[in-house]
Amino acid sequence: MMPPVAEFRTAEATAALPLPPTRRRLYVSQMKDKVDVLIVGSGASGAAVAWSLADTRMRILCLEQGDWVKPTDYPSNGRDWEARLFSDFATSPNRRARETDYPINDDNSPIKVVNFNGVGGSTIMYTAHYPRLHPSDFKVRTLDGVADDWPVGYETLEPYFAENDRIMGVSGLAGDPAYPPHQPPMPPLPLGKSGARFGRAMNRLGWHWWPSDSTIATTDYEGRARCINLGHCTPGCAQGAKASTDITYWPLALRAGVELRTRCRVREITMSEHGMASGVVYYDAEGIEHFQPAEVVILACNGVGTPRLLLNSVSGRFPNGLANSSGLVGRNLMFHPYAYSYGYVDEPLDGNHGPPLCLWSQEFYETDPSRDFVRGYTFQFGRGYGAILEAITSTAAGRLPWGEDHHRVYRRLLNHRIGLSAIIEDLPEEHNRVTLDPVLKDSNGIPAPRIDYTIGENSRRMLAHAVTSARAILEEAGATDIATEVPILNGGWHLLGTARMGDDPERSVVNGWGRCHDVRNLFIVDGSIWVTSGGVNPTSTIQALALYVADSIKQRLDSLFD
Amino acid sequence: MSLTSNQIEDLRAFAGTIIPASAAHGVPGADDEAIFADILRSLDRDQDDVAAALTRLAVLAGGPFAALAPPRRLDIANLFRAEGGSPLAAISRVVLLCYYRDDRVMRSLGQEPRPPFPEGHVVEQGDWSLLDPVRQRKPFYRNPR
Repeated sequence: MMPPVAEFRTAEATAALPLPPTRRRLYVSQMKDKVDVLIVGSGASGAAVAWSLADTRMRILCLEQGDWVKPTDYPSNGRDWEARLFSDFATSPNRRARETDYPINDDNSPIKVVNFNGVGGSTIMYTAHYPRLHPSDFKVRTLDGVADDWPVGYETLEPYFAENDRIMGVSGLAGDPAYPPHQPPMPPLPLGKSGARFGRAMNRLGWHWWPSDSTIATTDYEGRARCINLGHCTPGCAQGAKASTDITYWPLALRAGVELRTRCRVREITMSEHGMASGVVYYDAEGIEHFQPAEVVILACNGVGTPRLLLNSVSGRFPNGLANSSGLVGRNLMFHPYAYSYGYVDEPLDGNHGPPLCLWSQEFYETDPSRDFVRGYTFQFGRGYGAILEAITSTAAGRLPWGEDHHRVYRRLLNHRIGLSAIIEDLPEEHNRVTLDPVLKDSNGIPAPRIDYTIGENSRRMLAHAVTSARAILEEAGATDIATEVPILNGGWHLLGTARMGDDPERSVVNGWGRCHDVRNLFIVDGSIWVTSGGVNPTSTIQALALYVADSIKQRLDSLFD
Repeated sequence: MSLTSNQIEDLRAFAGTIIPASAAHGVPGADDEAIFADILRSLDRDQDDVAAALTRLAVLAGGPFAALAPPRRLDIANLFRAEGGSPLAAISRVVLLCYYRDDRVMRSLGQEPRPPFPEGHVVEQGDWSLLDPVRQRKPFYRNPR
């Protein structure tokens, strides 16, 4: 089966073409050996599904548009560690603008997309805060009359949560009354001065709090060194204590025979005349176009990258994008709007030392009919900021004067900050969506994603409630000069819902085990398939779902395409 | 777009205006030779925004910002600050991120002038008996089984 690209030439013939590289890429495609399973994306879900499928002994290939990141590349190795948050380790791909990034038009959104492109995906650049969804999150229609129930539930995923916790290496404390029982394999992160202050305040208020599940190793664990409180966890851990999938799943998957090919940016998924995915067309680091045939294609590109790829895969059969007969590809985008509240206390705290998030509260997680919103939110308690971040944010907030008084005020702020964030459940709304930008393209000329997003009324009410509750907590913790950032502008970490799961092909893109309704050998395993967002960081559940989809594939190998 | 020599002078005057040297705290200003050299090396992807900021500063100053007397510089800088915008954010950010990594400044703040890795930091483990009231709570998650 030949893919719908211009023509094929050998590598030698490619090199001999009398064309400049930018022109050459339009003409040349190189055929690869067919693989059994082709995974696009090597992040949280792509790594998990690759590892799980490896025991089938199938030929498995993963294409990743980014590079491997060496621990010595991480900012905490150098004196410019904070400054690099504004350059090559910026959380926004538009600011970071590495060769391996693609631009995103998020002008029409109050929350900007945050991601990382490389082996490990956005697990390279996450805080490692690792709560699971709650049982009630899978039954929101049944329990609260909003959105839709998921086709899977907590009980189904429970063994996959446990397996994933073991491989990623989770620290935490058993016994949290907000969750079904589970036993993290490592003890919790240290409380520190700020955690103890928050704990005492929450006890006085009578509100729930608990040490967070975190994928930061508190003991030496499976070849990873224990955390030494570098405190700059988000843009990569030089110590290797933070579990990004390049150092957890990938070494296991590679050892089991999976091939991982980096600097391969997929342009489109191709189709056979039988209505099956036949492979993908991708560009290598030199901009040379390749065709990679495959029996099964699995997308793991996150809630923006996956709909972008599907919408860029247009054919006569799917003129509006692949697997999009429902019209829902790209729709129902959910972030988690964040409300950050903070203040200053009269003693030095931990500053930026130690993992930034160590505690959570689920006091306001479950629906309470006495409130003016349904569903709920998590509080995640933070530590402070480093010297540069304190100076920049306090300048932006107008708190830090210019001129002679700068030094006096700054000394009152540094290491005195105490803060917490509410992570709000975002309900699915079809007008919140990912489409293709008509103008913006990446360095390979592939149309870039455009985000159109507004914060819904239920979320706004929840944000307001969270700000009020946070103020009460901060005041109880002895903070003054309390301020907020609502929503956190560069807070689009969690990209969910744009190819949702469901049993009804007219109301969903994939079925209850991740297979596209429209294309029987095309699967999706990233956050796109979420039906609702819950009010917690999603990585744990994304990975548990990926393991569940992988197991579902393995159990159906004889009848996978029926 | 690289900065002109006049713009470089204005940038140095601006840096020293927003963070002046302080004998009381024993710190240099952001216009210190070493810090300012770091600023010039660090413009990076903010070059265009910084140039735009300097152009705006010159307009507000009615001429070269560096030609103003120091009290007037602070007035103009605060006027610019009140306007806001991405050029302002860029120029103040580059000054701050170079100032607050200078060894002398770090020491004056009681901070060790070193990267986090490989030494790391000490964080108190804390007293987990604080959790006792929460441990006594009954499970309160909803289970729709």
